[in-house]
Amino acid sequence: MARWTRRAVIATGVAAGGLLAVGVGIRRVALSESLAPLVAADGEQVFHISLTLAPDNGVTAIVPHAEMGQGVHTSLAMMLADELDADWEKVSVREAPATRDYANYALARGYLLGERDVPGFLLPTVDGFFLAATRFEALQITGGSLSVRTTGRYAMRIAGAAAREMLVTAAADAWAVPRAELLTRRGELLHAPSGRRARYADFAERAAALPEPPAPRLKAPDEFTLMGTSPPRLDVPPKVDGTARFGIDVALPGMRYAAVRAAPVFGARVDSIATESVQDLPGVRRVVDLGDAVAVVADGYWQAEQALRQLDVRFTASGNESVDQDDIYRRFADSLERAAADDAFTTDLRRGDAPGRLAAGGRLVSAEYRVPYLAHATMEPMNCTAVVADGRCELWLGTQNPLGFAKDVAGALDLDIDDVRVHNQYLGGGFGRRAFPDFAIQAARIAREAGTPVKLIWSREEDMRHDHYRQANVSRFRALLDDTGRPQAWENSYVDKHDPEEAPHIPYAIENQLIRFVESPTHVPWGFWRSVDHSLHAFFTESFIDELAVAAGQDPYRYRRALLAGEPRFRAVLDLAAERSGWDRPLPAGHGRGIAIHRSFGTIVAQVVEATVEDGRPRVQRVVCAVDAGFAVHPDGLRAQMESGIVYGLTAALYGEISIRGGAVRQGNFHDYPMLRIDESPLIETHIVDGGGPLGGAGEPGTPAIAPALANAVYAATGIRVRELPFARHDLSRPERPGRDIA
Amino acid sequence: MVTLTVNGESHVLDVDPRTPLLWVLREQLALTGTKFGCGIAQCGACTVHLDGQPVRACVTPVAAAEGRRVRTIEDLAAGGRLHPLQQAWIDEQVPQCGYCQSGQLMAAAALLETNPDPDDEEIDAALRGNICRCGTYQRIRRGVRRAARALAAGEQDDG
Ligand code: FES
Ligand code: FES
Repeated sequence: MARWTRRAVIATGVAAGGLLAVGVGIRRVALSESLAPLVAADGEQVFHISLTLAPDNGVTAIVPHAEMGQGVHTSLAMMLADELDADWEKVSVREAPATRDYANYALARGYLLGERDVPGFLLPTVDGFFLAATRFEALQITGGSLSVRTTGRYAMRIAGAAAREMLVTAAADAWAVPRAELLTRRGELLHAPSGRRARYADFAERAAALPEPPAPRLKAPDEFTLMGTSPPRLDVPPKVDGTARFGIDVALPGMRYAAVRAAPVFGARVDSIATESVQDLPGVRRVVDLGDAVAVVADGYWQAEQALRQLDVRFTASGNESVDQDDIYRRFADSLERAAADDAFTTDLRRGDAPGRLAAGGRLVSAEYRVPYLAHATMEPMNCTAVVADGRCELWLGTQNPLGFAKDVAGALDLDIDDVRVHNQYLGGGFGRRAFPDFAIQAARIAREAGTPVKLIWSREEDMRHDHYRQANVSRFRALLDDTGRPQAWENSYVDKHDPEEAPHIPYAIENQLIRFVESPTHVPWGFWRSVDHSLHAFFTESFIDELAVAAGQDPYRYRRALLAGEPRFRAVLDLAAERSGWDRPLPAGHGRGIAIHRSFGTIVAQVVEATVEDGRPRVQRVVCAVDAGFAVHPDGLRAQMESGIVYGLTAALYGEISIRGGAVRQGNFHDYPMLRIDESPLIETHIVDGGGPLGGAGEPGTPAIAPALANAVYAATGIRVRELPFARHDLSRPERPGRDIA
Repeated sequence: MVTLTVNGESHVLDVDPRTPLLWVLREQLALTGTKFGCGIAQCGACTVHLDGQPVRACVTPVAAAEGRRVRTIEDLAAGGRLHPLQQAWIDEQVPQCGYCQSGQLMAAAALLETNPDPDDEEIDAALRGNICRCGTYQRIRRGVRRAARALAAGEQDDG
């Protein structure tokens, strides 16, 4: 924890401008208006804002993160309950309301105090947040695989431990016995010498009157009773009977429905709307001009959508109408060439003298890789229910950033942030998309004009054509091998960097490295996409290292292993994946194995893919995944996230392609932006290494390594090196066709 | 006017007969367990049973459901007891975001009605119309097999 002592956490928490320090809130605080509803039951005590303890001994963990299927509610509650020694059967979870009281303080502090692996990509979600370090005004973000790492570590555990210590002190005082003689277990206080026992709730009131412990002791791993086990996730039961309420399920009295269409070309505006073309259609209430989009409000969603289709709308030209995907790739190539000529690259990483070493000559290997834009395609399309009345706005939706949304909606409607209320619901998938508030702003503006509650639902086509896309990219490599085949120099140049900064870094011991980029902006909106820049760079770097192994005539696993001699954690993960995959076992003809390893969000993941090629397309038979996330708080949850991340990455590798034609996105629905389905879904085995390092993320690290592992497996099976994703572009049964093996 | 029987209850509704069943269920009858994912029969999120057959409610005009039995996820647990598939979904911790799972469960329930002991290939064939963006497929397969075993054991107990 370095400079972040537990005392400092608490002291800083108190000092933070009178804000309620989320979960770090060892200090009891006066209940603000927005917190009062959380302590509804009579006699309930608030120890601090991460938990409440009810008279029936029930503990409610208040979690400042959205549940989108990653199990974060359960994991965070486990961390709190473990330190508290609560009875897990009596623990429930509530998502914290989106108010400044719950600004994601722990997350901010983690970054500010030198947790460098908190990705900077959270920055743009809140204006200048990291700079305005003293004002945690709009920071309640679920992303960057951070929930367990920061909130869990800095807030939930400390909160649980502090509450426990206060209860122990209260009981020790009342029973006039030394604190050290008291035990806590499953929500009870026990004094063995006298045989006394009591429920926590019996001492809640007294404990609440005590001063907060300045530095509650956290358990050592061998004292954990819940962490490291896999109790059933708390959000699962409502997800099997249709009762889980997602944003799209919200209903308000008098509610109407809206369908929307934004200008197809990014940057274009509404020019004219022939409102009369739909105003007499059944159920239609009004047409709303949003400037860059048009919406129809009707009594039912289907009516709104039908009317929108018939609505005659013209859009202005944005100047991007002639841009096609090939133009974008050409522009990337130009940017790279110009940057090389003008020495205009920005350096990511420089070690030794790669250009000098490369110029000195020797065995040179080079390659260029490409990836397309990708859409998130969350299963639940974007939607938001809004009501605007009396200078206030209320929103019901699923969001990864409730306070950021409140802030942006307030800005759009010219309201005070405190007059915007966000009611977060279950998220039907997030993957980074639900960190962008565009749809919520639309809903609020439509509702203001309609004067009634409005539920805005994006069609699948709207969702796919107005996403914030994972960037397309081109990445070029040059490497130099010595006589033994070992790389002496590694040079990597690519376009368009986002976050995290270290995404293109490699773990291999190569003396001379130069990694650099040049910005090559396009008009296509960018967004965080599961694992962000890792999703592309792992494909580039882990394909290229494989090519080096091939050039060196060495086994790709052992080649990597030799270069990881100084990285024991990486090595352990790599070895485990190779061993469990039966790396050295011969495969039937036509089968190939590929391996890849990558660290993202503090978690190291290695994957071995076993694939065949059928009808020119790869078919993945099996994936063996090894993962070191430091410590697995909920091992089954970590496994589930690996499975999920792998299917997500595999879908992109096989099919994922958003392409631009005439300035707009061509694809619109699952027929032309296909998803991996159950009949193509491989068997995935996940093996966990508890490496004991700092906690890593779970939601994203499963994704990056799968595309290169597949490309490497396809090479092993066919001798064809695929350097451009997705695989759907290539017919692997016709090796003579150019384009697949771009040198 | 359209007369519709949903989960054993009959409703007379004033809707355009062309309205997709999906929106009638969700908006008129407040049965929001059935989800919207694509609107063009590509994802299966809207799967319900029509006379026991799995159909895509997003492309089924409500008029086509008249005089037939519509069953939704809300009715899968009979008499307050979870369907063996629902229990299996909990036991195998299948759902992640959960959004696709009503459709998955309804498709799987229709499969077990006609094939009480499906192998993996039959499960794949029956469920390939249902996308899960969270990638829960291998747990879905396990869940279906577990439910099939539970059903078989239950029948033995009864017999
Ligand atoms: S919403 Fe009906 S199949 Fe996708
Ligand atoms: S559980 Fe999220 S889409 Fe299937």
